[in-house]
Amino acid sequence: MTTVEFNAETTSALLYLDGISVSFDGFKALNELSFVVEPGEMRAIIGPNGAGKTTMMDVITGKTRPDAGDVFFEQGKYDLSTLDETEIATLGIGRKFQKPTVFEMHTVEDNLQLALRNDRSVKATLFWSSTPEQESRIDEVLETVRLKHLRSRVAGSLSHGQKQWLEIAMLLAQDPKLLLVDEPVAGMTDVETMQTAELLREINKTKTVVVVEHDMAFVRELGVKVTCLHEGSVLAEGSIDQVSTNDRVVEVYLGR
Amino acid sequence: MMKSHALIRMLDRGATLFLVLLGAFAIAIPALNLLVPAGSALHVSTYLVALLGKYVCYGLLALSIDLIWGYVGILSLGHGAFFALGGYAMGMYLMRQIGTRGVYADPILPDFMVFLNWKELPFFWYGFNHFAYAALMILLVPGLLAFVFGWFAFRSRVTGVYLSIITQAMTYALLLGFFRNNFGFGGNNGLTDFKDILGFNVQTEGTRNALLVISCIMLAVCFLICRAIVTSKFGKVLVAIRDAEARTRFMGYRVESYKLFVFTVSACMAGIAGALYVPQVGIINPGEFAPANSIEAVIWVAVGGRGTLTGAVLGAFVVNYAKTYFTSGVLAPYWLFMLGGLFIGTTLFLPRGIVGTWNHWRSGQKEKSEAARSADAEDGMLPTAGSPSTQPSAAE
Repeated sequence: MTTVEFNAETTSALLYLDGISVSFDGFKALNELSFVVEPGEMRAIIGPNGAGKTTMMDVITGKTRPDAGDVFFEQGKYDLSTLDETEIATLGIGRKFQKPTVFEMHTVEDNLQLALRNDRSVKATLFWSSTPEQESRIDEVLETVRLKHLRSRVAGSLSHGQKQWLEIAMLLAQDPKLLLVDEPVAGMTDVETMQTAELLREINKTKTVVVVEHDMAFVRELGVKVTCLHEGSVLAEGSIDQVSTNDRVVEVYLGR
Repeated sequence: MMKSHALIRMLDRGATLFLVLLGAFAIAIPALNLLVPAGSALHVSTYLVALLGKYVCYGLLALSIDLIWGYVGILSLGHGAFFALGGYAMGMYLMRQIGTRGVYADPILPDFMVFLNWKELPFFWYGFNHFAYAALMILLVPGLLAFVFGWFAFRSRVTGVYLSIITQAMTYALLLGFFRNNFGFGGNNGLTDFKDILGFNVQTEGTRNALLVISCIMLAVCFLICRAIVTSKFGKVLVAIRDAEARTRFMGYRVESYKLFVFTVSACMAGIAGALYVPQVGIINPGEFAPANSIEAVIWVAVGGRGTLTGAVLGAFVVNYAKTYFTSGVLAPYWLFMLGGLFIGTTLFLPRGIVGTWNHWRSGQKEKSEAARSADAEDGMLPTAGSPSTQPSAAE
């Protein structure tokens, strides 16, 4: 296992978490959690239910304030624990929820239109009109997630898998530096799962990605560094082969 | 070019039809009142003109509620407060127009102040002898209250039922305040006995017709503002907030600013509605702050169809017509039961409301014919999957 220098001042990491603790009514959801994600990396996070995966996402995106510890973004430039969801999103952290959350009443196109990197102020949206560059950007994103033929469909009428992809497309349209993807293949067919893995690898060519997932076949397909969480802290870190043969990981998570 | 696109979006078929009907109404009613002789079957009585003018004001109140409830999911059960505040601002102007024609003939002080033995006009009554100042207050007072209230509520992320409850508390608190004589707004009698508005006698036929027409114009203007808001990208963000607030936030939109803006706009519109209402009914009293009034207005919107704008106005007309009809007959004691039944019935059997159901049916028809056409064109191709619902599913 590689050792990491935990120093917020000198870190080269895009995302830097050091000694994060969060407790809810005495239950320690995160317990001195520390790990870093380098720019351009793709990282898979695995772990049993209640290991703190979603809480970790909440801390990074500003939904939950950590009781202790440091969360920094972009080589220690931004202290995420002092910012709220909107500010963090504006810095360039996009989040996909566990349950696919798209705007069901809007068309696929409008969903992306809302996600596109743009001035998000009240005034700007009141007097906004679409430009050809934005249209072509939407085309481009739809091409990437293979939803181009559904452009004018209402998002609520899409299948589960298509909604997942649309949500990923919305993240792409946001053009974030870091994508946090929570269980992207839950409820997908095997074919869709493999297509999603391919899609994430494609996205990773230009962006840093953190994926939380239970599906080990999918994680193996991604072929990236894996961090296993357990009871709110890192249990093991390394390649999928190293982690999946780790005795403790087998014991608490994978089972014999 | 983009401007004309926005205009086309704003004035879709439903909106155009609404404006045409409203225009026809605003011309026909005064014409039937002033031009048709009193004995004719087509004559519209002056009483009816005032009654319809009142409905138009209710329509504007319903519109303002629909803007926030239908499009952002903010269920305000205290919108009557903004309506009443607009009404009081107008009432204060009208009181100061009475002058020496009051019972006590005091040139400055309204009757109730003389009666209470007050010697001077309270400072907050200053300026209300000027119409322009009163008009400003009609917008400013409800708008400012909504802004301050919303600033605290939305920043603290109060949503759903909790927000509804505190809006109700707000209007109830104002009700109690305005009931007090020392509050300076006429206590439980409120403000009444108006004489002139802008120099015209409020009782005459001509003034009543003019007020009806002005109410219709204001309704049309506010309707266009609402349409412009909901068809812009801003409007899409509103719907996004309604359906997935957290998603919108994580996307980088400052949800509280959006809510605050639209809540304030809505309160100003409710204030205008109240201000137009007062000269037409001739009185404003604290009863207008009663939570039941606000809830009734929400029912109008639910019946007409929330998230449609036109439906809200239609709902206000339909329910208030029913109210006028039933409360003047033998069924009068049962009206509140009917109103309650109407709300339950709408929720259970017509959750989209009148206009919402119509739109849904229309879009279903359209989709069917399109699917049939594409099936004809490309043999063997499957029609598109079940039509998506176009209405919000739950009261949030």
